[in-house]
Amino acid sequence: MITALATLLASQLAGEALVRLASLPIPGPVVGMILLFVLMLTRTPLPPALGETADGLLRHLSLLFVPAGTGVIQHLDRFGTNAVRLVAVVVLATAITLAVTALAFEFVARWMVNKAEKIP
Amino acid sequence: MINFVELWVYLSGSPLLWLTATLVVYIAADAISLALRRHPLANPVLMAVAFLSAILLATGTQFPTYFAGAQFVHFLLGPATVALAIPLVRYLPDVRRTLVPMLTALIVGSVTAITSAVLLAKLFGLDRGAMLALAPKSSTAAIAMGIAEKTGADPSLTAVLVILTGISGAIIVTPLMNVLRLKNFAARGFAAGLTSHGIGTARAFQVDPLAGTFAGIGLGLNGLLTALLVPLLLPWLLD
Repeated sequence: MITALATLLASQLAGEALVRLASLPIPGPVVGMILLFVLMLTRTPLPPALGETADGLLRHLSLLFVPAGTGVIQHLDRFGTNAVRLVAVVVLATAITLAVTALAFEFVARWMVNKAEKIP
Repeated sequence: MINFVELWVYLSGSPLLWLTATLVVYIAADAISLALRRHPLANPVLMAVAFLSAILLATGTQFPTYFAGAQFVHFLLGPATVALAIPLVRYLPDVRRTLVPMLTALIVGSVTAITSAVLLAKLFGLDRGAMLALAPKSSTAAIAMGIAEKTGADPSLTAVLVILTGISGAIIVTPLMNVLRLKNFAARGFAAGLTSHGIGTARAFQVDPLAGTFAGIGLGLNGLLTALLVPLLLPWLLD
């Protein structure tokens, strides 16, 4: 488990370093994820401890947003008199984006299956 | 009584109390969510945040005092993001097979996320400041803050809108996908991560591991694309 945690942290550290050096507009952990992904492509099967640690973290991903969420609530007053309209925009735009994204995915996936079936 | 007050003064200032409180409140919120069979409205993030905010308010605790303890949980967001590589490796064959639908959905979804937010704000008569803060709302918080810095949006307003987008997407996604009769967990998960970043991804992992994996990809790719698209689309949208 310690080795797994060290692997995750080392990947994040390498990601942060790369972001700083190349002044990329992406957070370090996202680059760290790409680095670990590339590193693990050649490792089959995956180290079991790394799999378990990753699953453990991701199973409780919700927990990790609690401190930031609690912090953000302190700034609710920023909404001021626009509160109702801002919440309405967020909820509507979120629903539209969810629907459009999932439908686009499904539409192209089905189109590709149909096209593949037509080839004799 | 004096002892109790002294004890409180000591404990409430130490990181241990608020770290423990964060974990205990989350465990309770997660148990409620599980007891309600992961009903979308019983969102564990929303419940835990509401309950902790009430505790902070009732005890007159300042946020920095709370965060001195909670930061240890917050810190794990970095390694957890890195850990998304593991399900990605596991489901690589599924990801490869759906590369074309996924990249199409990425472009369509990313443009929709930015455009719908800004245009709805315009329709509702919100000011320019609100539009600037709304534009990056589907990207993960770290990226949204970076974009806000560039466009000159209010950083705390941006942060609130990002978290609100996360929570509302996590609540809406399951009933909405059921209404649309979409049963493809890759498409559902991808939409959840693209639209509602980490909080949507957390919801997707609750529902199905394949959905969670695709949510993780959606979160990563849309973060990158939003950073590129917001500066390009904003002048045109604000016009």
